[in-house]
Amino acid sequence: MKLITAVVKPFRLDEVKAALKDAGIAGITVGEVQGFGRQSGHTEVYRGTEYQIDFVPKIRLEVLASDEQVEQLVDVISAAARTGKIGDGKIWVTPVEQVLRIRTGEQGPDAI
Amino acid sequence: MEGNIAWVLMSTALVLFMTPGLAFFYGGMVRSKNFLAMLMQNFFAIGLLAVLWVVVGYSIAFGRFGDGGWFGGFGHVGFKGVGTAAHLGLGIPDVLFAAFQMTFAIITPALITGATADRLKFGAYAVFIGAWSLLVYSPVAHWVFAGGWIAKMGALDFAGGAVVHINAGAAALALVLLLGPRKGHGKEPMPPHALPWTLLGTGILYFGWFGFNAGSALAANGIAAQALMNTLVAPAAAMLGWLLLERVKGKHTTTLGAASGAVAGMVAITPCAGFVGTMPAVIIGFLAGALCYLALTIKAVVGLDDALDVLAVHLVGGLFGSVALGFFADPAVNAAVRHPGLLISGGGIALLVDQVVAAVVVCGFSLVASLILGKIIDVVIGLRVDEDTEDVGLDQSLHVESAYAFGDL
Repeated sequence: MKLITAVVKPFRLDEVKAALKDAGIAGITVGEVQGFGRQSGHTEVYRGTEYQIDFVPKIRLEVLASDEQVEQLVDVISAAARTGKIGDGKIWVTPVEQVLRIRTGEQGPDAI
Repeated sequence: MEGNIAWVLMSTALVLFMTPGLAFFYGGMVRSKNFLAMLMQNFFAIGLLAVLWVVVGYSIAFGRFGDGGWFGGFGHVGFKGVGTAAHLGLGIPDVLFAAFQMTFAIITPALITGATADRLKFGAYAVFIGAWSLLVYSPVAHWVFAGGWIAKMGALDFAGGAVVHINAGAAALALVLLLGPRKGHGKEPMPPHALPWTLLGTGILYFGWFGFNAGSALAANGIAAQALMNTLVAPAAAMLGWLLLERVKGKHTTTLGAASGAVAGMVAITPCAGFVGTMPAVIIGFLAGALCYLALTIKAVVGLDDALDVLAVHLVGGLFGSVALGFFADPAVNAAVRHPGLLISGGGIALLVDQVVAAVVVCGFSLVASLILGKIIDVVIGLRVDEDTEDVGLDQSLHVESAYAFGDL
């Protein structure tokens, strides 16, 4: 089992969500986050004074996947989130030791 | 007579609404951890200064009405003799005039809060505005609005360019000098936390300012109508002046610029409102917007942390409007203009000289008196909060509240 974590542009979230649903995903977890990568931040001006805003708003999205699904889902997210401009974000995959569905007690790939 | 009374009744409510408007104008510009403290300082001004005005402030300002003097005395302490009759000869009940003027006495010290934002102790603030109201505001109001020495000299101030804006602006300068900069000023960014509040506050100020300026005619007449028109167009032109410079110098037009420009125009037209025609009001407004934008750089040059630019908007705007009246005051608009402005036919330099003298005297008096008063308060109870309080924010530290409870777990 794997955990796919993606940091994407906020306005691409709907596309990514729809694409994952089409790919048959049972659930995702999202959160609003801030950070910087190569895109860096931006400048804001208040009464003539410039402020460098370092952190850019992003969406962090987490999906649990079975080993067979992982490659396909990463491709789906990548395709849906890509605009080709700087700041499109990143996707990374980490191994997951155990998954448990709280209501039923199911464990392993059945709980995904 | 009834029409006049009705208009001043209405205007009193309009001007009172400006203080909550000011609270949000400033409140949107501070960091979120100090939002409530800013609102509190402004709302508290209503509480304290309304009561002080009844107890003694009105007497000092408007006692011995028309004496050409310096001080109104204590003859009307506790509103003694201030009732439904029109003893002052203003054509409206004395108690209505006192109520209308009360709203001016409330908002003037509140203007200072923009300069002292994020670091002034609440207790020190309360003592300062209370004492300042009696020792500085009321005497200056007597000199100018109550037929005191400045009015007798011949200087004009329709609704408070000197009494309100120069006066408060100079006091703000004094407190900024005594307080020092906000912790981290110049090193860490302190952008406004929610400019929509500032825009909303600007709208409320604009709305209330019709009472401030057109109400200062104290009558429902042509002068009130001209003052209202000028109060409409001067901020509009000032918004254009500010935004034009912003666009040329900084490549962008900003919402904060639109709001700031409009307020600069409201300030500058205040002394002129019932004394100048419509086109002069447009010119005064446009120039005020541009000038106040340029004045933003003053604080950096002299190394002061005037947090929300009270100096650039109120002191510079008030000085400009007061002096501009020396160029544009027109007897055809208002017969009270005895010496037409320099650019008006038949005009001369007499009024301009009076305007400059009045502006300099009020500015100097307020600055010196505020420095002394502020220094005494600093020595006795301290003006400034400690570093921990400033780091955590005044809302939680002083008022044990938070402006926004979103996202609490």
